Amino acid sequence: MKNASFWGYRRQNGRMGTRNYVIILPVDDISNRTAEAVAANVPGTLALPHAYGRLQFGQDLELFFRTLIGVGSNPNVAAVVVIGIEPRWTERIASGIRATGKPVEAFSIEGRGDFAITAMAARAAAGLLQQASELRREEAPVSELWVSAKCGESDTTTGLASCPTVGRVLERVVAGGGNAFFGETSELTGGEHIVADRMKTPELREQFMAMFRDYAEMIERTGDDLLGSQPTEGNIAGGLSTIEEKALGNIEKIGRLMVDSVLSPAEAPSTTGLHFMDTSSAAAECVTLFAAAGATVHLFPTGQGNVIGNPILPVLKVSGNPKTVAGMSEHIDVDVSQLLTGEINIDEAGDQLWEMTLRAACGRLMCAEVLGHREFVLTKLHRSA
Amino acid sequence: MAQKRQSSSGEPGFLVHNRGDSVGVAVADLASQTKANGRLLSGEETPKVTLYDAVPLGHKLALREIARGERVIKYGQVIGEATSDIHAGNHVHVHNIRGLRWVKKESK
Repeated sequence: MKNASFWGYRRQNGRMGTRNYVIILPVDDISNRTAEAVAANVPGTLALPHAYGRLQFGQDLELFFRTLIGVGSNPNVAAVVVIGIEPRWTERIASGIRATGKPVEAFSIEGRGDFAITAMAARAAAGLLQQASELRREEAPVSELWVSAKCGESDTTTGLASCPTVGRVLERVVAGGGNAFFGETSELTGGEHIVADRMKTPELREQFMAMFRDYAEMIERTGDDLLGSQPTEGNIAGGLSTIEEKALGNIEKIGRLMVDSVLSPAEAPSTTGLHFMDTSSAAAECVTLFAAAGATVHLFPTGQGNVIGNPILPVLKVSGNPKTVAGMSEHIDVDVSQLLTGEINIDEAGDQLWEMTLRAACGRLMCAEVLGHREFVLTKLHRSA
Repeated sequence: MAQKRQSSSGEPGFLVHNRGDSVGVAVADLASQTKANGRLLSGEETPKVTLYDAVPLGHKLALREIARGERVIKYGQVIGEATSDIHAGNHVHVHNIRGLRWVKKESK
């Protein structure tokens, strides 16, 4: 496996992308309309509408900027058209993305209106799309692959089959010198001691436990608990009884790896290896944060059948639940249900998922992409002003 | 349940994560009043249990007696505690176990 490689798009900053999108990125909720109008005028570009970007402040605002700049900077994106209501925040996001060296055009609507900006931005988008269309894939080693993992609609089969299979693949990514990500802070509850024991240094351990405690305190501050929400109704239908049981299955995703760094939400890693990111466990929020950190393929184990996708990050679904694989076949990229019957072992399942991970990296469209699942959801830390 | 797939001698009816776990996971829809064969994920043991309840695929079954208040073990870890006495072969789920974390606090 030492010679494993994939074919991707080399970006100006040296990173390798697995996709080649030209995105139309609204800075704020009220610019969604124009962003979508531009994308409608230039088929082949992709608008990323979202709900926020006005009157955010403090850490919540910093996370907002980090997320939008990170998504635009992701190597799966060839070029970006940024559209905001006013010029200052628009330019802040555009210049943040420009630091990667990729082409970025920015427009602000105030004073000129939707019609004029749609025309100007569509003209820019058309040019960027033609430039991107001439880029070609080139071969790259696994060390240039950044793979994130988060599971959803978990059941007991995710802990038995799909999560440990993902663990085998993340082990290969890290052994090959690439980057791997996991998160879901609150869904580690009951297994946080196991993750803490995997931290490579005492400093990382303390950083991780501080993040975990902050999240738990945030939940407690609301004056209630998560019963009724965690485990979810889907988890319970699938046989999971408690958050501890869910967490222990979840943690199987990191295989036998140690953790090399601890990241804030949407933060890009500065070292290689396995990274823990402080995220929500809501699928679209979590995957969007991994996209912002620079992940280029996402592995998504599911038990009962979560259908999530992401606009710029291919989401590969792997399931070990034979009922889900049969009933939702259009959503499942890799079937590891034979692990339950003992027809294959975990190493063989890992081989199958690894092969599909590389095919996804080379451009094979994942089920979520074919089905048009493009959930782009920003994480909000607190209310806007 | 969409389909009943009985465990035959060849295919296990349930899997057990770790030696010492008090519960296993059904990997087929298992009927009540039948004998189920299990397999330990990390070993050669093939535990057997007579089922007193139907256990759907993915749901847990008790491998031994678990007294009310006793910790329930899966993955070699605590996943909660029994809220009633559980017998070997019983279906184990939210009706007879609960988590020890995020427990509803007494109203102040």
